[in-house]
Amino acid sequence: MAALLEMRGIGKVFPGVRALDQVNLSVEQGEIHAICGENGAGKSTLMKVLSGVYPHGTYEGDIFYDGALLTNKSISDSEKKGIIIIHQELALVPLLSIAENLFLGNEVAQGGRINWASTFQKTRNLLQKVGLDEAPATPVEKLGVGKQQLIEIAKALAKDVRLLILDEPTAALQENDSQKLLDLMLELKAQGVTQIIISHKLNEIRRVADRVTIIRDGSTVSTLTRDEVNEDRIIRDMVGRDMAHRYPERTPDIGDVLMEVKGWNVWHQEDHSRQMIKDVNLTVRKGEIVGIAGLMGTGRTELAMSLFGRSWGRNASGEVRMHGRTVDTSTVPKAVAAGLAYVTEDRKALGLVLEEPIVTNVTLANLPGVSKNGILNKAQETKVAEGYRQAMAIRTPSVQQRVMNLSGGNQQKVVLSKWLFTEPEVLILDEPTRGIDVGAKFEIYGIMNKLAAEGRGVVMISSEMPELLGMCDRIYVMNEGRIMGELSREEASQEKIMALILKNESKVA
Amino acid sequence: MTEAKKSSATGGANLREYGMLIALAAIVVFFTVILRWRDGVDFLSAQNITNVFLQNAHIIIMALGMLLVIVAGHIDLSVGSIAAFVGAVSAAMTVEMGIPVFLVIPACLIVGGIIGAAQGYWIAYWRIPSFIVTLSGMLVFRGLTMWMLQGKTIGQFPKSFQGMSTGFIPDLAGTADETLLGMQRMNVTAMAIVLIAVLLMIWQGSRKRRQDASFGIQGETHSVFMLRNAIVAAGLMFVAYKLSIFRGLPNVLIVMSVLIVLYAFFTENTTMGRRVYAIGGNLKAARLSGINADRLTFLTFVNMGVLAALAGMIVTARLNSATPKAGVGFELDVIAAVFIGGASMTGGSGKIVGVVVGAFIMGVMNNGMSLLGIGIDYQQVIKGLVLLAAVIFDVYNKSK
Repeated sequence: MAALLEMRGIGKVFPGVRALDQVNLSVEQGEIHAICGENGAGKSTLMKVLSGVYPHGTYEGDIFYDGALLTNKSISDSEKKGIIIIHQELALVPLLSIAENLFLGNEVAQGGRINWASTFQKTRNLLQKVGLDEAPATPVEKLGVGKQQLIEIAKALAKDVRLLILDEPTAALQENDSQKLLDLMLELKAQGVTQIIISHKLNEIRRVADRVTIIRDGSTVSTLTRDEVNEDRIIRDMVGRDMAHRYPERTPDIGDVLMEVKGWNVWHQEDHSRQMIKDVNLTVRKGEIVGIAGLMGTGRTELAMSLFGRSWGRNASGEVRMHGRTVDTSTVPKAVAAGLAYVTEDRKALGLVLEEPIVTNVTLANLPGVSKNGILNKAQETKVAEGYRQAMAIRTPSVQQRVMNLSGGNQQKVVLSKWLFTEPEVLILDEPTRGIDVGAKFEIYGIMNKLAAEGRGVVMISSEMPELLGMCDRIYVMNEGRIMGELSREEASQEKIMALILKNESKVA
Repeated sequence: MTEAKKSSATGGANLREYGMLIALAAIVVFFTVILRWRDGVDFLSAQNITNVFLQNAHIIIMALGMLLVIVAGHIDLSVGSIAAFVGAVSAAMTVEMGIPVFLVIPACLIVGGIIGAAQGYWIAYWRIPSFIVTLSGMLVFRGLTMWMLQGKTIGQFPKSFQGMSTGFIPDLAGTADETLLGMQRMNVTAMAIVLIAVLLMIWQGSRKRRQDASFGIQGETHSVFMLRNAIVAAGLMFVAYKLSIFRGLPNVLIVMSVLIVLYAFFTENTTMGRRVYAIGGNLKAARLSGINADRLTFLTFVNMGVLAALAGMIVTARLNSATPKAGVGFELDVIAAVFIGGASMTGGSGKIVGVVVGAFIMGVMNNGMSLLGIGIDYQQVIKGLVLLAAVIFDVYNKSK
């Protein structure tokens, strides 16, 4: 097979930062090529070079596409050649219909007048191709993330795609949607569409990719063929070191019951008749790491946020006890005073003030801790932040760095620091390792173990079962707003968790 | 890599502040030269400098509150109408009812606070967009002003009320000999006050510089710091000298300066100030961090109301009358000053110093263009373009 794409010696320099250096990438006609690398390794920059976000001349090296030198001036240039990128953040207009979104900027029109009949017909064909059974006039906002992702792919197909680039397509999807997407990728491959997938998820890569190119610190490390692909090799190439164990060693030292939740019920924020959390009971002991497993959308985040100062939902009822005494957690300050902390799954939107430096973010939830009579003691504030920078190994020379400039892993450490500074007894961590690279995950696990060792209770919500199995002393399985069961470390397995989830499905059906 | 990013982050902010200061200086020099050359008029005369302060104090005072409103992610379109309404209230109380001034001033400030609270209530607790609430406030209080004044102008305030705007700090050192050393009579108190203020500024500045260095904030280099302070100090002393050979320091200048210092301290050194920036920067994250965003939003509007009331009284005192048309378009000048001063439209950033410089840029341009005899038509066009240019400069700076 001939190479459809050859990127040779690609380099890209931003003011003061070299993002790419001598990257070589060769993608053959009709293959699915995976690109792996830690966050900040330069994957997205490389794809932006390819898709024309950075026009020809602003980068070093040459790109050959279909045998000719590529000199794209813009995204539309590269789209005309059939190179289409689907970004992590979906680029759909929520209030417009599926049909309108599919042909946005590419309308089926004569002389500026849209031919709706043809638009809808083509939309139906495209939806069928991606296996989506939705009316073309449905507004995109009515669809879940998984379906929206499929719409993005249909949109690419509408433009006669030859090289499809998917940037972490399954990051926000739940298991069955991810599987659907991967199936679709294989189907497109059979139809001759060459694809590049950027992903952190090694099992996905193994499933669909023909070859894998690994990038580290802005340079290509290796390109592996299907037979050479194995997790240890990929991880080693990504982080540049062997990772003996995926999860750090820990000897649990579990004490008395710290927190109890009894009969917790919550109704939906907008749809008042819908009960989202149904009679949830759970306990967290001192020094224990408790997992909450379940598919996305089963109410795990809603449970956590409603416990944390009723930050989600309405008419929350039930009892929260700390050390056996009932506590008031009806507002965030009260929940914090009771010893709770909640590290959100969406750190950019809910956890950080991105424009502000690390120091401001770290002290935000406990400003009284660095002030007297409402007046900030900035020297003390800096000392506090500096302490966390070192303890958490936040990789930045100064706590004055704005958090928007940090990688995902370092941002997560800033959020953790913020909550640790409130001296919580129980930390609820919602998807604490989402979107962060393997190396940083390991560090976050280490921090969690340390928190447990200090006698705190840690609640970990995660969609990644291996992570729950690797970290937790006990796992609650949630589905449809209910706790379906509880598994100890010894009895827990992926199969048992899935079985508990399915138990509910069959009951509902 | 991170090192480079960091210096560009802080360096960018510095560049902006210098840019604004340099722009202000350039505008002053431009008017000085062109007025001297064309009309033989001294732009930097003692009288004109005094005028610039008297004409702009109310804008700066309102801009301090508007910065907080904008930083919190909101806008207040009603300040001009509130100022006019409070002016009318003060006229009714002083001129028509004869209530003593020392009671009128606090009463009017309370009225402003209540108006701010009435608007802030809907914005903060009912989540009604501030644009809409204050747009309606703008109409309501303009209407109430007309109703209170019955379309008439109420005038002739007692001297004590006028003193708020047109009064001067008396020279405590007594009147110096007029022809001492051939210099003009100089108000020693004025000079002394400004000198002390300048020394405090330099002392504070170098203290903050040392502190920043210990926090790991890379500020300007030592020579730049010295140069900047020398220029600013020279500018202030020059202004002080000019004022002191005229009528001394205007009362309103003192009020304004004290407020500037207070608000600068509030925004940079208090937990409450920090929280206002946080709710503007990321409202949801702030709420989840236990910050009572609703109450803070409410309070920024109460504060804005009080400052608008103060500004309204100052304007009324300067004009020595309350008129139905007072304060028309103030909100635009105030908002323009905040944006020229570098505040972000989406909230979360902006500095008091920037706002003050921004307000002076607008004020000096107003004054200079009037002296040049440029028509109000062209003045509007030029001011509009300056606002646009300042924001473009900002956006360009950020995109680099």
